[in-house]
Amino acid sequence: MRLDSAVRAHGDLKLIAYMMAGHPNRKRSLEVGKKLAASGIAALEIGIPHSDPLADGPVIQKAGQVALDHGMTVGASLELAAAVAREGTPVVLMTYINPILAHDPRRFAAEAAQAGVAGVIVPDMPVEESEPVASWLRAAALDTIYMVAPTTTPARMASICERSTGFVYCVTLTGITGARKELPPGLDELFKGVRKHTELPIAAGFGISRPEHMKALRGAADAAVVGSAVVAEIDAGKDPTRLVKDLLKACR
Amino acid sequence: MGALQELEDVWHEAKADAQFQLELAGHRHAFVGRPTPLYAATRLGEHFGGAHIHLKREDLCHTGAHKLNNAVGQALLAMRMSKKRVIAETGAGQHGVAVATVAARFGLECAVYMGTEDMRRQSMNVRRMRLLGAEVREVTSGSKTLKDATSEAIRDWVTNVGTTHYIIGSVVGPHPYPELVRDLQRVIGDEAREQYLFADGKLPDAVVACVGGGSNAIGMFTAFLDDKDVLLVGVEAAGAGIKSGKHAASLVAGRPGVLHGAFSYLLQDGDGQVLPTHSISAGLDYPGVGPEHSFLRETERVEYVAVTDKEAIAAFKLCTRLEGIMPALEPAHALHHAGVLARQFGPGGRILLCLSGRGDKDMDSVEGS
Repeated sequence: MRLDSAVRAHGDLKLIAYMMAGHPNRKRSLEVGKKLAASGIAALEIGIPHSDPLADGPVIQKAGQVALDHGMTVGASLELAAAVAREGTPVVLMTYINPILAHDPRRFAAEAAQAGVAGVIVPDMPVEESEPVASWLRAAALDTIYMVAPTTTPARMASICERSTGFVYCVTLTGITGARKELPPGLDELFKGVRKHTELPIAAGFGISRPEHMKALRGAADAAVVGSAVVAEIDAGKDPTRLVKDLLKACR
Repeated sequence: MGALQELEDVWHEAKADAQFQLELAGHRHAFVGRPTPLYAATRLGEHFGGAHIHLKREDLCHTGAHKLNNAVGQALLAMRMSKKRVIAETGAGQHGVAVATVAARFGLECAVYMGTEDMRRQSMNVRRMRLLGAEVREVTSGSKTLKDATSEAIRDWVTNVGTTHYIIGSVVGPHPYPELVRDLQRVIGDEAREQYLFADGKLPDAVVACVGGGSNAIGMFTAFLDDKDVLLVGVEAAGAGIKSGKHAASLVAGRPGVLHGAFSYLLQDGDGQVLPTHSISAGLDYPGVGPEHSFLRETERVEYVAVTDKEAIAAFKLCTRLEGIMPALEPAHALHHAGVLARQFGPGGRILLCLSGRGDKDMDSVEGS
C-alpha cells in the first residue's frame, strides 16, 4: 500500500510505531520489527543509529548508542528494513544526514528502494538544504517526509508541505523526542495550518505515548507516531506489541 | 530554522547600527580590556634561532581568553531579541566562563553544558561558572566532551527557543553562527595587523593560531586573508599522533560531513558516525571544525598542520620559562609550530602568533603529564 493511503485516517487514528535498528541487538530487533509490522500499525519507522542524534531525547539516544556499540551499520539497517518490509506494512527510515552522505545518497536511495522501504525522514535535513539528496530519494520513488514544528513560519510551512510526499510530520512540541505526560496546547491550530497547504495526511510525533494522547489526536491528525515509549519497552526486554495494542484500542 | 533566521536578521541589523557598534566598542574597552597588547617574545625568538616572534595577548582579556569577545557581542544580541536566558556549551571551560561572566554582567539567566570528562579536567572553571551564578549541567552522553555538550545545548535551545539564546562558542554550528562568531572575533586580527604594522612597519611572514572549532584562528586570519604574502597556518591537535587515531585533527585527517548543522571537515568512520577524539587540551577536543576553515583549506589560502600533546606541553613549559607567560594548552600547540617555522625562516623571520588564552586552567594537565 502507498504510504499516504496507509497513514490516512478514516474516522480512526492511524498508529505509526518507531524502533531503532540493531537495538537491543540485531537478532532481537529483527524479531521485534516483524512483530511490530504485524501488530496492526499503519507504518513502522525504523531508525538508523547515528552517533550524534540531535533531535532525539535520552531513550532513543541510548538505543542508538547500544545499536552502534553492537556494530550496527547503515548497510545492516537496510537489510533489517528489507526483512521487515516483506511483512507488508510500509516501512519508513529515519536517520540523520551524515550517515546518508557517508553511504552516498544515490546508493542509499537505491538500496532503500530495493529493500522495499516506502519513505525517508531526515530531521536534520531542512527543506532549504535538501538538494541533491532529495532528488536521489525522489528518483528512487521514495517518499520524503519533512517536519513542521510549532515554531515553523507560514512561509516555510508552505514550502515543507509542497515538498513532502507520503505524509507531513507535525512535531507537536518545541523540543526533542521523548514521552511526555500531556500533549501541548495549540495542536489543532498547527494541524489546521498544515492542512491549508496540503492534502497529504498529517502524522503527529514527539512526546506521544499514552492512550489518552490517541484519543485527543483522533479527528485532528491522521496518524500518531509513538517512538520513545515503544523503544523503552524494547529496552526493558518487554514485548512492545502489548503497548501497541493498548494504543490501537484508543485509536478507534 | 525560524530562530536561525531571526538571529541572522538581528545580527545584520545590529552590525549596521552605529549605536550597537558604539555599545559593543564600549564593553570591549572597559569590560573585556581591549585592545590587547602585541608582545615581542624576544627570548623565545632567540631560542628558536633568532626569529622575531610576536604574541597577540588574548590571554590578557578579562576571564583569560579570547572567548569573551564573542560572548559580549552575543549577549548584546540576546538582549536585542528580548531573550532573558542564555545557554552555552563548553570544552575547556573558557567559553562557559565567558558566557557565565556576561550573564552576570547583564543580568541574564545562564546554563552551561559541559561533558563530565571535561568537568574533571577543568574543575577550576566549573567552580568559576558556579560562582558567577551559572548552572553547570553535566553531559554524560557519547564521549562526554565538547561535541556532546554542543548537542545537549542544541537540544535545550530547540526546546526553549522562545526565551533562550544559544551563545555558541566557536565558528561552528548552523548558519549564521560561523559568520556571526567570526565577525565578533575578527577584532583580534584587525587590532593585531594594525599593531604589527605600527611596531614593525611591515606585515609578518607568517601568522599562526590553534584550531579546535577555530574561532581565535578565524578571528586572527580574517584581517590577513587579502595579504597574499603572509603565510597563514592553523594548528590542530594531533593528540597522541595522527597515526595513533587518538587526535582531533579534522582538517588534517578528516573528510567532509555534517555535524551540528554545518558541512565541514569531520572525523568520522566510513558509515558517517562521528569518531571519538583525543587531545590533552579540552578546547581542541572537537571532531568537527568551522566550515570557513574547510573553505580556506580547500582554496589553500591557509595551511593546516597538527601538533601532538607532548609537543604542546613542551611549548607550554618553554614559553612559561622564557617569557614569564603561561599559555593555555590550546595556543601552546600553535607555539610549537611557531618554533618549527622560526627554524625554517632562520634569523630575521617574522612570526605573529595568537596567544588565545592563559594556562592557569591547565596546571593539573601539565603537571600530571
